[in-house]
Amino acid sequence: MSVAHTGLVFGRWTRASYRQPALIAFTLIQPAIWLLLFGQLFQGVVRIPGFGDSSYIAFLTPGIVMMTALMTSGWSGTAFIQDMERGVMDRLLASPVSRGGLMAGQLLSNASTTLIQTILVFAIGFAAGARYDGGAGGYLITIVASMLIGTAFGSLSNAVALLTRQQEALIGISQFVSLPLTFMSSIMIDPAVAPHWVNVAARYNPVDWATIAARQSLAASPDWSSVWRHSAYLLAFTLIVGWLSTRAFRTYQRSV
Amino acid sequence: MATHALEAVDLVKTYPAGRKKPPLRALDGLTVSVPEGVVLGLLGPNGAGKSTTVKILTTLSRADSGTARVAGYDVVREQDRVRRAIGYVPQKSSSDPMATGLENLVLSGRIFGLSRQDATGRATELLERFGLAEHGGRAVKTYSGGMQRKLDVALGLVHQPRVLFLDEPTTGLDPEARADLWNEVLRLSGQEGLTVLLTTHYLEEADRLAGQLAIVDHGKIVAEGTPESLKSALRGDSVQVELVDPDTDGSVRVLLRQLPGVGEIVVEGNTLRARVDRGATAVPAVLGVLEDKAIPVVAVTVSRPSLDDVYLQHTGRSFRVAEEAA
Repeated sequence: MSVAHTGLVFGRWTRASYRQPALIAFTLIQPAIWLLLFGQLFQGVVRIPGFGDSSYIAFLTPGIVMMTALMTSGWSGTAFIQDMERGVMDRLLASPVSRGGLMAGQLLSNASTTLIQTILVFAIGFAAGARYDGGAGGYLITIVASMLIGTAFGSLSNAVALLTRQQEALIGISQFVSLPLTFMSSIMIDPAVAPHWVNVAARYNPVDWATIAARQSLAASPDWSSVWRHSAYLLAFTLIVGWLSTRAFRTYQRSV
Repeated sequence: MATHALEAVDLVKTYPAGRKKPPLRALDGLTVSVPEGVVLGLLGPNGAGKSTTVKILTTLSRADSGTARVAGYDVVREQDRVRRAIGYVPQKSSSDPMATGLENLVLSGRIFGLSRQDATGRATELLERFGLAEHGGRAVKTYSGGMQRKLDVALGLVHQPRVLFLDEPTTGLDPEARADLWNEVLRLSGQEGLTVLLTTHYLEEADRLAGQLAIVDHGKIVAEGTPESLKSALRGDSVQVELVDPDTDGSVRVLLRQLPGVGEIVVEGNTLRARVDRGATAVPAVLGVLEDKAIPVVAVTVSRPSLDDVYLQHTGRSFRVAEEAA
């Protein structure tokens, strides 16, 4: 993977996103709505016996951070589809551009969007009364975990784009995957009050790993072994899907 | 290096069957070569295998069998060297619509390893040359089709390639923009000695631009040569007879075939096209025999051999019919 090419590709996508103010507004307003909507809708759940947290908005905020990272990244591959619908992808693939750089540059641009969204969700959470005892380290781990979620699911989205080459298929698959991942996790509900099978499913859910790492690291007395273990799973998952999605360029080239 | 800038031998490519699609043999033993500094026109209807050939030669796709060398490098074993030596202008517009013309060119230059300064210099030079200087700072999505196509060609030239691939460069352009782009391509080959492989399904375009022509049909080259040599290899003229009613029983065809100096005849709908030794003597004879049998005629025309006749000669169908079948 060429660092120079990664930087060039990152610059291209970042410039493109700044030029779409409507898209920026949408990607920022959407998480704000989720946080406030779900915060209101489910605020009563903290009264269920066994629910760990006493403030639902404080519980929900790191969850919405991860949900936002997941949902936004599902769209990542649409950038590749547009390149394939024009001749941009073919021109690039017939040039000496590094395939890793082509993937990584776009994912970094996607991760920078996630970074801004995460900070915004925290700001809205704070305004709504969410307070954390964990300090700067907790915020930092949450931000990194959200960017890993964005990168992992962004690369999956890019891979699906390269394999299906169809906007409709990409959006369909992305919706099909992201909603179950959101609900089969501790994003909205403390696992203590969720059905057993949801907890079993959540154990294999990268979005839940990120949520656990974030919530633990923001707590007054974090279980650091759990934070590092879940972060390590998440990092490994991101690297594996990143590598696999870069391989998808070959599959695409075989079919053109 | 070899005197050929480009050599492909016996390329075969089959696309696997898809949903509701049988497997497609896009290339069926295609062999072609282009001498250095020559514009080769790959002429054929849609689906003949032109784009597939270009995709294999630009390393984008891979042939099932056969070998190809571009600028002296093997397209499979020396992919990276080939990619550095070529410019590729795909059939569809290859610029980023959200970026400006200048940004597109600079990014492409830098991917090929130019410094920011060199890339900007080269980009500015190309914008000027293609008459886009005053639009360089605007997003490409605001460009007209002709402007976008010029930018596409400029994108293929940023890194000063040795071989340029133009896949249907003027499809979808209005006549003015097309003529404009033709002049650019002629200048490229004339002044810079660039080797160009151009695919087209416009006979006129092939005639204007290409120093060498290769006619592709069903994944094979069926004829090769300069446009002039291909045309003069056809003896005589072409006579077209347009009938009021189609020659369903083939009787008119038989009548004409018996006339002296008339060669092969092809029937397409109401029209019969005959190769004749001399148009001037054939036309009165044709009209005479049709009048004798009281066969109503719309028009009879005589013409010098065109590329369409060359195409007809080698593929057994006229270009228009091949296009419609594709």
